[in-house]
Amino acid sequence: MKKEVSNLLVASNITLNHDNYLIEFKSDSSIEEIIPGQFVNVKVNKSPGTFLRRPFSVHDTNPSDHSFSILVKTIGEGTKALSRVKEGESLDVVYPLGNGFKLPSKGEKILLIGGGVGIAPMMHLARTSQELGADVHILLGARTIHDHILIDEFKRYGTVHLTTDDGSVGTKGFVTSHQIMDGTIRFNRYQCCGPDPMMQAVARKAKQNATECEVSLENMMACGFGVCLCCVTKTNEGNKCVCTDGPVFNINDLEWQI
Amino acid sequence: MADLSVKIDKLELKNPVMTASGTFGNGVEFDDFFNVDMLGGIILKGTTLHHREGNDYPRMAETPSGMLNAVGLQNKGVDYFCNDIYPKIQKYSTNVVVNVNGSTIEEYIEVTERINELEDIDAIELNISCPNVKEGGMAFGTSCPMAEQVTREVRKVYDKTLIVKLSPNVTNIAEIATGVENQGADAVSLVNTFLGMAIDAETRKPLLSTVTGGLSGPAIKPIALRMVWQVAQAVKIPVIGIGGIMDATDAIEFILAGASAVQVGTSNFVDPNASVKMVKGIDEYLERHNHHTIKDITGGLQL
Repeated sequence: MKKEVSNLLVASNITLNHDNYLIEFKSDSSIEEIIPGQFVNVKVNKSPGTFLRRPFSVHDTNPSDHSFSILVKTIGEGTKALSRVKEGESLDVVYPLGNGFKLPSKGEKILLIGGGVGIAPMMHLARTSQELGADVHILLGARTIHDHILIDEFKRYGTVHLTTDDGSVGTKGFVTSHQIMDGTIRFNRYQCCGPDPMMQAVARKAKQNATECEVSLENMMACGFGVCLCCVTKTNEGNKCVCTDGPVFNINDLEWQI
Repeated sequence: MADLSVKIDKLELKNPVMTASGTFGNGVEFDDFFNVDMLGGIILKGTTLHHREGNDYPRMAETPSGMLNAVGLQNKGVDYFCNDIYPKIQKYSTNVVVNVNGSTIEEYIEVTERINELEDIDAIELNISCPNVKEGGMAFGTSCPMAEQVTREVRKVYDKTLIVKLSPNVTNIAEIATGVENQGADAVSLVNTFLGMAIDAETRKPLLSTVTGGLSGPAIKPIALRMVWQVAQAVKIPVIGIGGIMDATDAIEFILAGASAVQVGTSNFVDPNASVKMVKGIDEYLERHNHHTIKDITGGLQL
């Protein structure tokens, strides 16, 4: 799909919990070709201190009414300003950007792993994978029960497993402590998005379990389409841009010390 | 529509809007967004003799009204440029300029000689102002004798348009501009980024892997404008203004200060269509002020 800069209508902005918001955009043109794992770069209004755009994974799409959503966790001034956007306003968005996750073949068993706001791209991937006939398992990690969001929505597309740092729901510990990752159940693929230390821990598990593994990186970027060369990560073929060569990488291509 | 055409030495620009090196890739990255041929010219990513991996991540930090970068001239070298990139950009009819870098004078000469063989490259921009490489780069641009020497040596092997890109990290930029003019530069472009840094107070660590980096964006515009004005007074060759140009009004201000043309840099990151929007905005400005040609306002600052 061709990249474009568009003023997109905000169809809704739903408050999910104390710091997570689901913003839905409506486009005039087809968004059918957006691939799970791709991202968009949003210009933040009413935030003078936010000079650059803010990148967000596409959370899910609804091709029939040309809409897609992003999951915004409030961290700094820019995301806080975005969280206050109202239905009916428009935002300037560059989209779609980056590559995407590998899509499963019918009958494949896959484990999607999301940590914190890293669950963002997993809804689109889970729904698409289920439509393709995969056996989808979704492992979601958060700090506490209060930080877990969208669980019922995820349950529509696969079997959901939970962890929390404090044990308030699901298995206590990090995602890698969950028994679904102990190697007993064989998966065709792990697909993961979350903080770097979590993704590296997942990558280690994937190596131990001899399971293919993709991770979606979130390096800081200025442009989002491969010209500023700021968001690089070290790969077997030298520095590559997370925005254009990623954000999704197979762990075998990354120079991670795992 | 007013006549927006300008001449930079032998280069005929249909309008004064160009894009700054390192912010526009090789042009093709913008093909999805707009027709690149609508611009006066494009300056491609800096090219060195050998492949360079650039600096470690993190390479950027957002700052008030701008950003710091420390990319460090990541590029695949001049051979790759000639064999792989050049064939993809020959489709452009607008002026295509290669930004030439080196860590020694010999490297500058060798890259220039290779680029000189490429028929569709209309000019080079000699980058003596990159703040993010250990050797060469800004060292050439912050010493008058070295700036003169590299310009003189490159001039000997290059007959097409030679633009020299100046560093603002100097005490007297007009002196450097005059120096390179005297050694045969056909135009000067200014400014490259300002050396800056950013610190995370919580972790007490620098935000860039290289500690320091180059500051760009609206934050530097007033200083860039002042420097363009000073240089335009000091030299007879055309001046190309760069520094925090975000919209047509910013571009007009640089032209009033004496710039014949401008380069749009960091703005390309914020809005991929920024440069092409500027062409339209400049035309509207001229119409609103009853001018038929851009040349009517070049250096038209009223004191």
